[in-house]
Amino acid sequence: MDDLLNEFLTETKENLDRLDTEIVRLEQEPNNPELLGSIFRVMHTIKGTCGFLGLPRLEKVAHAAENVLDVIRKGKRAVTPYAISVVLEAIDQIKFITAILEESEKEPEGEDKTLIACLNAVATGDDGEDSVETSDIAPPQEESATAAAEKPDTQPAITPEIKVAPAAVAPIKKATPEKEKTANTEGAADQTIRVSLQLLETLMNTVSELVLTRNQLLQIGRSQKDSEFTVPLQRLSHVTSELQESVMKTRMQPIGNAWNKLPRIIRDLANELHKKIDLQMVGEDTELDRQVLEMIKDPLTHMVRNSADHGIETPEVRKESGKAETGTIKLEAYHEGGHIIISISDDGKGLAIEKIKEKAIANGLATEDELAEMTEQQINQFIFRAGFSTAAAVTSVSGRGVGMDVVRTNIEKIGGTIDMRTTQGKGSTFTIKIPLTLAIVSALIVGVGKERFAIPQLSVVELVRVTKHSDNKVEFISNTPVLRLRDKILPLVSLKKVLGLESGQEDSFENASSLFIIVTQVGAYQFGMIVDKVFDTEEIVVKPVSSILRHIALFSGNTILGDGSVIMILDPNGIAAKTGEGGTNEAISHAQTQEKSPTSIDEKIAMLVFTAGGRTPYAVPLALVARLEEVDMSTVEFSNGQPLIQYRGALMPLVMVTPDYPLHDSGIQPILVFSEGDRSMGLLVDKIVDIAEEVVKINLPSSDHHGLLGSAIIRGQATDIIDAHYYINLAFADWFKKSHTLGNAGSENRSRNRRLLVVDDSAFFRNLLLPVLSVTGYEVIALENPLQAIELREKGEMFDLIISDIEMPQMDGFAFARNIKTEGGWNNIPLVALSSYSSAEDFQKAKIAGFDTYVPKFDRDALLQTIDRILGEVALAA
Amino acid sequence: MAKELINSQSKQYVALTLAGQLFGIPVLNVHDVLQNPQVNNIPLAPPEVAGSLNLRGKIVTAIDLRCRLGINTRESKDDSTMCIVIEYKGDMYSLIVDSVRDVLTLPDKDFEKLPSTVHPRWREVSQGIYKLDTELLMVLDIGKLFAELEERAA
Repeated sequence: MDDLLNEFLTETKENLDRLDTEIVRLEQEPNNPELLGSIFRVMHTIKGTCGFLGLPRLEKVAHAAENVLDVIRKGKRAVTPYAISVVLEAIDQIKFITAILEESEKEPEGEDKTLIACLNAVATGDDGEDSVETSDIAPPQEESATAAAEKPDTQPAITPEIKVAPAAVAPIKKATPEKEKTANTEGAADQTIRVSLQLLETLMNTVSELVLTRNQLLQIGRSQKDSEFTVPLQRLSHVTSELQESVMKTRMQPIGNAWNKLPRIIRDLANELHKKIDLQMVGEDTELDRQVLEMIKDPLTHMVRNSADHGIETPEVRKESGKAETGTIKLEAYHEGGHIIISISDDGKGLAIEKIKEKAIANGLATEDELAEMTEQQINQFIFRAGFSTAAAVTSVSGRGVGMDVVRTNIEKIGGTIDMRTTQGKGSTFTIKIPLTLAIVSALIVGVGKERFAIPQLSVVELVRVTKHSDNKVEFISNTPVLRLRDKILPLVSLKKVLGLESGQEDSFENASSLFIIVTQVGAYQFGMIVDKVFDTEEIVVKPVSSILRHIALFSGNTILGDGSVIMILDPNGIAAKTGEGGTNEAISHAQTQEKSPTSIDEKIAMLVFTAGGRTPYAVPLALVARLEEVDMSTVEFSNGQPLIQYRGALMPLVMVTPDYPLHDSGIQPILVFSEGDRSMGLLVDKIVDIAEEVVKINLPSSDHHGLLGSAIIRGQATDIIDAHYYINLAFADWFKKSHTLGNAGSENRSRNRRLLVVDDSAFFRNLLLPVLSVTGYEVIALENPLQAIELREKGEMFDLIISDIEMPQMDGFAFARNIKTEGGWNNIPLVALSSYSSAEDFQKAKIAGFDTYVPKFDRDALLQTIDRILGEVALAA
Repeated sequence: MAKELINSQSKQYVALTLAGQLFGIPVLNVHDVLQNPQVNNIPLAPPEVAGSLNLRGKIVTAIDLRCRLGINTRESKDDSTMCIVIEYKGDMYSLIVDSVRDVLTLPDKDFEKLPSTVHPRWREVSQGIYKLDTELLMVLDIGKLFAELEERAA
């Protein structure tokens, strides 16, 4: 592109951005001649340059706009909102034309007749608004100021009345304070030059190189005492540090650059929405890295728009609630310990918590019960979720549901955080905390095997050192390491394993005498990374990895350390994704449902705790265990490879918890006997530890090991919960089929092909009931809530019996029963209530609601008998 | 020098050897030649990637050219290695080779297409060969050298 044109475009763009702000200011201060002069000059420059470069279309628009500004400046016309709007429109048109110029180097075809006509009408006073006499708004000295601007050289002595310091005039020495200020700002403009970004980047790289060389020299210097180099080296070191700091500063820009579009946006919005909004900006001079600035520009704009659209009420509403008619949006920026804090606050109506709750339920993000347990703060966080907008109607401004989650993602991308506080009726405040620069981050340098890696400090929550004797120990859930940290189970990731640096069994962390766990937070997901060593924190310069390595999601970049070696920067996000937790958003909801659903029932369950190989104890609900026995291992016989013992006159298969569990050929060993009908199986264990009555919360779904429901803390220890169903199947896989084909009489026959529906909100109980019922031969469908059941009914599914829990979120068992008995095609299906409350009163209530009978939750035999009896009755009746 | 570079009758190559075979890289592609640089391992990287090294403050990804061309890895690690630093699509790479020889000016008339009997793995990355008095020099095509690696990364 033509150099001249290029320069014109850059300059015009900057000028136009300034104009936006200044014209809006002009509306508030119509009598500020300084402002008018400045605006006029910008338009004048654009017009002049266009003529010079041969851009007729642009010149015409600029000329017409200049005319309007001129008459206003001369006091012939008053500053009216209409005039301002027309001028702003002209600026938009100039922006549009310059944008096309930038792309094609040509002016777009067409003319701007209407716009120019509007501008001319304002200039000549034909727009219907009364033209204002000059005297009252424009003091006579303004004319002379203009005169001064035009021939500065001939007017060396400027009289004190002159308020305008035109750009052409060299800084005025003796002036009123106001004039001094103007002179200063213009002086500053003269002292800046434009430098290409490329050059700055090169400078930055060269300086990093210099720093590294300096560090090397210092290291050599330290080993040589009393060297004559010591003093010059010290000086070199200082100069280098200073240079580095200055170069870093060249990347910094005032945050005001990201803000200067906002006054215009707010003005337009206020007009459109008929609101009165005052935008206050504090700390425009706060500087931050150019790259970061670019990244937060859009989120900031979006949030300010949000405040104006959703936050601030209309003047009438504000008046009614006793507030000033004009709402205030305040933008504030300041430094705080290596971070920059930006807050956006409004004195509007605040967030309506009820609306958020409704929306959260409607979107399936949370249930009513869950919401009831949450703090207001937690509920408010929902607005940062995808697809969430509290605006009832979609306006052109916001409310399309692509709002705050995008803002949050963008801010988190640059390692920042966003927080929100709101008081209903008083307003809300958003606080964004972002790092000053992306180029240099503070990182923890860790050792894994022989390698070193950097982990950004921002994602490190805490460091835990684990030794053989420390309180914190690494425990295992089917070979997956976890750490119990303040009574919560923290999943662990062995970096050595993930990075493929394990050289053998003896090299694995399990044998290390001491290791470090870096507790890391990704979204709401916390996990620990196991490393061998922690060296140091260091300020590192982040450099992108080469394109052929960009597919390795575990690294976010690489860097050069002080000693000159190149190390990789780990990306906790990538590690979380690779080791199980998917996208951050999902991780959050996942973690919450995992935590929430079992807690919705805080009933204690008797769990039998035992050990069977490995480090982790196992547990199984006691209700499922028929008997505890001890067997003499020398009496074990084999049939078709399956170990068996003679037990109560029949053969009973023995099953191992894990396939690699050793089968001893002598000694006494305890077994857990699981029985169904006339069949029994024995589960071989090492030792029965205890029977614990606990509220069981299954925290982690087991990953790959079959036979486990998950793990939970029992007796203060991470414990695997075994899935009895799995083992019974294992022992009776073929027995089962046999008994069916033989068609054993009695209950067996009855249970065949019978479909049962189990509705219980607790995954734990569903898992507990399933084996009991399906082993008996029923076909069981288990659902989490009655609503799903009703859905099935709508689809025309049929069952022979429905078993339902009473205490459930969304719809409880009573409501469910009433619904079944009164609506749809299920009103003849027998209903069995299942609950831990078993008072006569409860029993009565259940009967009234429509349940046929009522069984205490933990009585396995009673349940089976009841089912058998009811189905028998139905069969007889039929 | 400048005359030779623009002379259409001949081209200049940095000559290097790998397992006894002579190769050439267009001299204009070459930024630097390093001897025995300290290479830092990159876990999980493709096998061709030997690691990364620090070239005066720039991070350079080291590619083991033997591995890339399917030649057996060096027997003893003590042998000194040479690195040829090139730039490809804005990233810096260093090609680890056995030795680096002179810059050769080779006349176009000595250039010939690679015989079709040469292993496809080599044909894939070479434009052709130059007939030298005593040896044959195979010309490496930088773009093709990286095409496959890039594809795998995509």
